[in-house]
Amino acid sequence: MPRIGVFVCHCGENIAGTVDPAAVAEAAARFPGVVHSVHYTYMCSEPGQNLIKEAIREKRLTGVVVAACSPRMHEPTFRRACAEAGLNPYLCEMANLREHCSWVHEKVPATTQKAIDLVRIQVEKVKRNRPLYPIKVPVTKRAMVLGGGIAGIQAALDIANAGHKVILVEREPSIGGHMAQLSETFPTLDCSQCILTPRMVEVAQHPNITLYTYSELESLSGFVGNFKARIRKKARSIDEKLCTGCGVCMQKCPTKKIPSEFNAGLGMRPAIYVPFPQAVPNKPVIDRANCVFFQKGRCRVCEKFCPTKAIRFDQQDEIIEVDVGAVVVATGYTVKPTSFFPEYGYGECPDVITGLHFERLASASGPTGGVIRRPSDGRIPETVVFIACAGSRDPAKGISYCSKICCMYTAKHAMLYRHKVPQGRAYVFYMDIRAGGKMYEEFVRRAIEEDQVNYVRGRVARIYERDGRLVVCGVDTLLNGRPVELEADLVVLATAMVAHEDAETLAQKLKVSYDTDRFLSEAHPKLRPVEMNTAGIFVAGACQAPKDIPEAVAQASGAASKVAGLFSQDELTREPVVAVVNRAPPPIWSTCVGCFLCESACAYQAIEREEIRTRDGQLIKTVARVNPGLCQGCGTCVALCRSRSIDLQGFTNEQIFAEVLAL
Amino acid sequence: MAESAVVEAANRTAATSAFEPRIVAFVCNWCTYAGADLTGTSRIRYATNVRVLRLPCTGRIDFMLILQAFGQGADGVMVSGCHPGDCHYTAGNFHARRRWIVFRELLDFLGVDVRRICFSWVSAAEGAKWADLVNQFVQEIRALGPYREFPRRLPQLKPAEVC
Repeated sequence: MPRIGVFVCHCGENIAGTVDPAAVAEAAARFPGVVHSVHYTYMCSEPGQNLIKEAIREKRLTGVVVAACSPRMHEPTFRRACAEAGLNPYLCEMANLREHCSWVHEKVPATTQKAIDLVRIQVEKVKRNRPLYPIKVPVTKRAMVLGGGIAGIQAALDIANAGHKVILVEREPSIGGHMAQLSETFPTLDCSQCILTPRMVEVAQHPNITLYTYSELESLSGFVGNFKARIRKKARSIDEKLCTGCGVCMQKCPTKKIPSEFNAGLGMRPAIYVPFPQAVPNKPVIDRANCVFFQKGRCRVCEKFCPTKAIRFDQQDEIIEVDVGAVVVATGYTVKPTSFFPEYGYGECPDVITGLHFERLASASGPTGGVIRRPSDGRIPETVVFIACAGSRDPAKGISYCSKICCMYTAKHAMLYRHKVPQGRAYVFYMDIRAGGKMYEEFVRRAIEEDQVNYVRGRVARIYERDGRLVVCGVDTLLNGRPVELEADLVVLATAMVAHEDAETLAQKLKVSYDTDRFLSEAHPKLRPVEMNTAGIFVAGACQAPKDIPEAVAQASGAASKVAGLFSQDELTREPVVAVVNRAPPPIWSTCVGCFLCESACAYQAIEREEIRTRDGQLIKTVARVNPGLCQGCGTCVALCRSRSIDLQGFTNEQIFAEVLAL
Repeated sequence: MAESAVVEAANRTAATSAFEPRIVAFVCNWCTYAGADLTGTSRIRYATNVRVLRLPCTGRIDFMLILQAFGQGADGVMVSGCHPGDCHYTAGNFHARRRWIVFRELLDFLGVDVRRICFSWVSAAEGAKWADLVNQFVQEIRALGPYREFPRRLPQLKPAEVC
């Protein structure tokens, strides 16, 4: 016989203001199976919880219904109280009298009647609750970091330094990401490579880090603590063990006119190449799409000259399968190309460039050796116009957000240009100057005041070429919208920071959510900024939203500490709300008929096939079995099951039909 | 106030005023239940007619539950979960939607009044939408009147046979 206790909370005036708790408790006392029914001002308080605990012990309750606030608020509190009194916590249910009743209705008899109904529904449910026990799953203490930019590098180093194994996967031939391309960094004008490359080397040499460059995630299955990753290690066409990185192959390669990705297309590279001299690992790859041998079948020059015979034309892509316990996604961003802007020449004018191009021009390791030269004729520009918010904050262009870093790097670019070309003139067209950050505002003031960069508040409507120069037509809104026309030699667009083209594909592989701009969504915008909705997957850097280096690094360290926290446990405890396939004594074994509709419906691949055999190994039948480690407890399989053989613990058919019947 | 008094009072209102529909709502735990919680925390008022039953996901909703609710005397049934693409369980709401498309045809064929089933999406952020949805649906069902035809149409639906 069920012995149910009902505990009605007043929540001060929050519930008692519109619902009569005494009437609810009195009505509940008469429900079949209810042996104890009381009401109290604050059930969640210490004395309130003691009321529950004492009643469980004294009245030998087999189930508890707390009629108070939303279970999303206090279910853990009351379940813990039950557990402390020796009752299985899953024998406690809550009736939501506050959010779903007292707060949304007037003080009328119908409100109290609804409260009584809500309690009756839960009493009928709790009578059918079964004791459940948390599921424990092991944790693989190895993390996978996707993306070897500064965020990925930071996360990998932090996790590795905490003593855990890390696999760092980078799609390009070298780690370093966008930060390796930058010339100087704001607001200190530190040389970007000088601060980054030691970190890259540290990654390469760290005993806890396994580095897979020129590799991509193929698929990810499993769940928190127990992921299985398949990584495609693309054929580099060289034997990395033999290659010493001497670079002879690159010098001898006959195909040298391929736009260099690292130099944002401003320089050239051979078909066998390392992206930049400080690359980690410093081992070349053959770009098969541009290699003469792969395209025409003869050449093999690199093979002939390689002193260690490391060239492998027949190398195949390799699939690496690895178990990991956590994943940090740090895949970064890309910038809109100049071709995105019809008003700025559709990318047809070679002297209209993006900020990233300018970084390469200003970088000592860049195609011009750090001298600012026009891409068209190599002249040193006398007038440079910088345009902030190129694409950003422009809903008409489909980018309504602020790219956050452009105000700062535009000021930096203007400053660098003025340092390198002291007689040159720099103009910045801007909408607002957003320089929030430590020493950021001071930095922008320095550009304006010390380096005499001309800031013009207004937008540029059009850029066109005239006699080898660029005519910039804009407006100065501080001069009552007076039109401004400037002749410039170089125009730098601070183009919007956007998510990678294939960000959606990655998100789908990881089964994580993303926003309308294809940036990955964190679990909570304020309180869970580095976690994702899928447990065990964390996010860092600009793949989540535009951010600068310090923010990306901070988020990466945050993600790393979350991973370290996860790895501090030997096993994880999970809610036992999972599906189970019934089992029966022979000769039935299970009512499952083996149609495996559940298998096709399950989004988590939690359904397995189990063969039931006689003692001498003869197959009786194949039935479904739920892997409790993979099951997330959605119950889609339950609603699909034709033979009603699968049920969801905590939300069984029996329980829910009883709730409906109690209406 | 004792239960009998409350029921009496309710009966009195029922007798003196217009028909009060009985609405059952099957909602998912992650979006609509949280959205309805938000309606509460925002103190937005709505009709008392709805009784919310919490399920992990709309994908869990067995359509026999809907028939059972009508069998228990519900005048209208609401089903609501996460917006397409936002399912906490990746795709549970797509299963629910697909099943609903098929089920609606079947119910219509059987003579069940499909206007009495409201299928919607309410996210955890749409507290006001939940209140509007309930109020509007209650109004619609009020206009349709009590659902007396259902038990006569499907007399074979007995609780014991269903679950």
